[in-house]
Amino acid sequence: MDDLLQEFLAETTESLAVLDVELVRFERETSDVTILSNIFRLMHTIKGTCGFLGLPRLGAVAHAGENILGKFRDGELDVTPRAVTLILKAIDRIRTLLAEMESTGAEPAGSDAELIAEIDALAGGEAPVHEPDAAPVEDHAPSFGDGGFPVAAELLAEVAEAIIQQSDIPSPAAKPEPVPAAPAAVPAPESASPAPQSETKEPATTASSIRVNVDVIENLMTLISELVLTRNQLMQTQRVQKDNEFKVPLQRLSHITSDLQDGVTRMRMQPIGNAWNKLPRIVRDLAVATGKKIELSMQGAETELDRQVLEMIKDPLTHMVRNSADHGIEDGARRLAAGKPETGTIALNAYHESGHIFIRIADDGRGLDVERIRQKAIANGLATEAAIAGMNEQQILQFIFRPGFSTAEKVTSVSGRGVGMDVVRTNIERIGGTIELNSVAGRGTTFLIKIPLTLAIVSALIVEAAGQRFAIPQLNVVELVGVSNHSEVRIETINTSPVLRLRDRLLPLVSLRGALGLEASGTGHDRFVVVAQMGAHTFGIIVDRVFDTEEIVVKPVAPILRGTRFYVGNTILGDGSVIMILDPSGLSGAAGQIESADAESSQDRRASSDGLGGDQASFLLFRTGGGELKAIPLELVSRIESLEAATIENVGGRHVVQYRNHLVPLVPFDPAHHWKDDGRQDTLVFSDNGRSMGLVVDEVVDIVRDRMAIELSSARPGLLGSAIIAGKAVDVVDIGHFLTQAFTDWFEVVAQHKSLRHALLVDDSPFFRNLVTPLLASDNWKVATATDGVEALKLREDGRQFDVIISDIEMPNMDGLALAGAIRNDPRWGEVPLIALSSHAGDDDIQAGHEAGFDEYVAKSDQMHLPENLARALRQVAARGQNRAELRRAS
Amino acid sequence: MSTETLVAPASRSEDGADAFVTFTVADQLFGVPVTRVQDILIPEEIAPVPGGPPEVRGLINLRGRIVTVIDMRKHLSLPKAEAGSGGMCVTVECRGESYTLFVDSVGDVITLSRSLREGNPATLDAVWRNMADAVYRTDRGLLVALHIDRLLAIGTEA
Repeated sequence: MDDLLQEFLAETTESLAVLDVELVRFERETSDVTILSNIFRLMHTIKGTCGFLGLPRLGAVAHAGENILGKFRDGELDVTPRAVTLILKAIDRIRTLLAEMESTGAEPAGSDAELIAEIDALAGGEAPVHEPDAAPVEDHAPSFGDGGFPVAAELLAEVAEAIIQQSDIPSPAAKPEPVPAAPAAVPAPESASPAPQSETKEPATTASSIRVNVDVIENLMTLISELVLTRNQLMQTQRVQKDNEFKVPLQRLSHITSDLQDGVTRMRMQPIGNAWNKLPRIVRDLAVATGKKIELSMQGAETELDRQVLEMIKDPLTHMVRNSADHGIEDGARRLAAGKPETGTIALNAYHESGHIFIRIADDGRGLDVERIRQKAIANGLATEAAIAGMNEQQILQFIFRPGFSTAEKVTSVSGRGVGMDVVRTNIERIGGTIELNSVAGRGTTFLIKIPLTLAIVSALIVEAAGQRFAIPQLNVVELVGVSNHSEVRIETINTSPVLRLRDRLLPLVSLRGALGLEASGTGHDRFVVVAQMGAHTFGIIVDRVFDTEEIVVKPVAPILRGTRFYVGNTILGDGSVIMILDPSGLSGAAGQIESADAESSQDRRASSDGLGGDQASFLLFRTGGGELKAIPLELVSRIESLEAATIENVGGRHVVQYRNHLVPLVPFDPAHHWKDDGRQDTLVFSDNGRSMGLVVDEVVDIVRDRMAIELSSARPGLLGSAIIAGKAVDVVDIGHFLTQAFTDWFEVVAQHKSLRHALLVDDSPFFRNLVTPLLASDNWKVATATDGVEALKLREDGRQFDVIISDIEMPNMDGLALAGAIRNDPRWGEVPLIALSSHAGDDDIQAGHEAGFDEYVAKSDQMHLPENLARALRQVAARGQNRAELRRAS
Repeated sequence: MSTETLVAPASRSEDGADAFVTFTVADQLFGVPVTRVQDILIPEEIAPVPGGPPEVRGLINLRGRIVTVIDMRKHLSLPKAEAGSGGMCVTVECRGESYTLFVDSVGDVITLSRSLREGNPATLDAVWRNMADAVYRTDRGLLVALHIDRLLAIGTEA
């Protein structure tokens, strides 16, 4: 096919996607002139390009569409759904024609007279002046006749070229055309010049972007992966060899490789908006077809994720939005009767969080019909009546993810095509993601999808069974539990099936040795259980040993091995050895009984994610400096490393270790720490702002989940106080103390050039008050604290003024919501920005928070990112305050 | 990981004759067409694939590529080698993937005239008959020429 044509096809397809979105937007905001000119311009460009390329049929359709748009713009025609539908129809026709051209390379024969007549009838019939070729179009595109004929186009192209040659600036502004239509003529120079069209196309954008074939990038990615592996091998060799002349160039190579890897990974990133493009159109068509009013709100469209991941979630997303529009949102009458606004809302929200992408799809429709799901599940034989009787609503809702389940009461034109939520779940789980569901009858349904950022390079936990090493994708690993016959946590058997009693829950176990047919281990060994999660299943994998985590490149297994269900791939480790990457879902199948544990585990997970479990947090317990047990919130810890003592270097009296080409300072918990010469050294790694430090401890003991109950005492620097965790008295470590030991400016990076301001922190938990206060203080805030709303309001009575108030929600006496109300209803603090800081960060909570008057909502549960999130919230309220001030000044 | 190449693949044979890389498995002489052979090496560390097909001895890292090692004794239903006896690998290409055949020892590259070629003996074991392309008479005894594609159709049959 002609390169030019191919380029045109690619570009026009993109334009059409934009057109779809813009038109739907325009239908709602008919007064928005910018949207309309944008639409008009796009349609005009398509028509214009058709003219240059000699595509009369396509050009005629585009022209008819443009005709109506022109009338919209000049106010000659009202924007009616019918008119918009017609334009969308024209877009569809153009798309069909494009598709045919793509396969045949030529414009297909045939006529669109019917469609054009329909459009023209509308244009003429409803316009005050009964003329099919209305003036506005002619005004702005004098060179293009009805079909955009090539002769005129060529003339124009010549003119355009002449202008370009004269001015040397390929600016469309040089054209004698009025502004809205001007960009349409841009492709002119391209068709007239023999140079590669990507060079001359759209002068404004070429400078900053080029079109690259996906295969090229994929190939590059593969090569980079190889390079990374080779680099790792070299580094490994280097480590053994100690100093030689290769050290410096190798380090350079290593840096460059990392940068290269970053760069290419970023190159594969695409905004999730690309997967959303079609949705407004789909929802709009659905709304028209079903007579409902639906608004689609999309946030975070710019959130980027890996191309491969994007491809995988495109269809599930479309399916879910379709479901929401078709089944979720009720018709207007029913909504009004239920006391809801007539227009239903489907909200899409995408955001990054801790190395994952979260996508939330929420509608405010009727919610899932639990009763129907219950009946369906029984009717389809997915569960017995007796079994269902014992389930709660959440468990019943999970049935929609089961194969062979569809709740559609009738098969409509839009959904019920045999693609069920089970396929959605399978697709998402295939890329290491999870999907959660929350539905409230009459209030709507929310899905939360969590997916990894990239698939090409993953972090994996290296484990050993029967002397052989395996990798488990870190994505699937929830936690590690050390077990032995002497410790409290030990493996028990129920009718030959091994189980682990973990925090009052029975965790089904799979022995890696058993599943893979390796020799059975003797009893009495100290072993590890890797708690793995595949979607809603949680189960434990018994392994002999656990090594580090490593960044690995997942390579598919040879075809010969594809029948083996235990592996997702294989890879080469830094030391050059080949290692199999385990597929936890394959292993869970080997356990057989996982299915029955499914409901229980998902319920458990839900309970914790909904915050129903109370103010619980995971703590890492370790021993150091004298043997008393120490605890630190697990979320603060980035990694647990077992460093080889030999790799620890002493530089200028400070201990450091090389980690991924950076020097990581090591700080011993115990100043009198005895540095070992050989063996292994347990280290907790903390990272923030791209910097890391290691806290050297004697021994990592366990990870437990418990409520925080701190009785404060600051007898010793480095300790926040003592607490009872998992029935044991432990010292809670103040990590801030050690962070500043490693980097004196740890907190200051964020704190530069800021004047001292006043903040009020309201929280009943001393732990959080002590955690947040230093964070704020280091950011140049002067912090006052209060333990509840009542105490906070006392400060108001005292006449104190604050620049920001940060408050917990759940508090005794007066909770955060009531406090926010009280603040907002009194002029004294009425304008002070309010930030909620709560462990309850569900949609509803956030909604309630905003309604109560909070400007920002920060989740406590994400402690690792708490400093970041808090800083962001502060910035946001500051920016808003500035805007408000400016507005006041303006008015 | 050292994967030293011992023999460079020879060039194409002249008409009327076939060039083979020869190797022995349990004292039986085998040959594979030299044009299909990519590499000959002494494997250092073979990573087993538990749960995989029995013929798969494991995986090796061949200059940054992961190559599947086929245990020819197992595949040909021959008795296990004595413990401690080493082996060599003949890497061949099949359907775009590389496999390496784990054999007892690799011999010379020999060119055999077509006139020495005979069909598979009718009494040949069914497993062997499927994998063998032909039998050649040589001065060192009978050479079984293996059909690589059929040999490596593990897991795809049925």
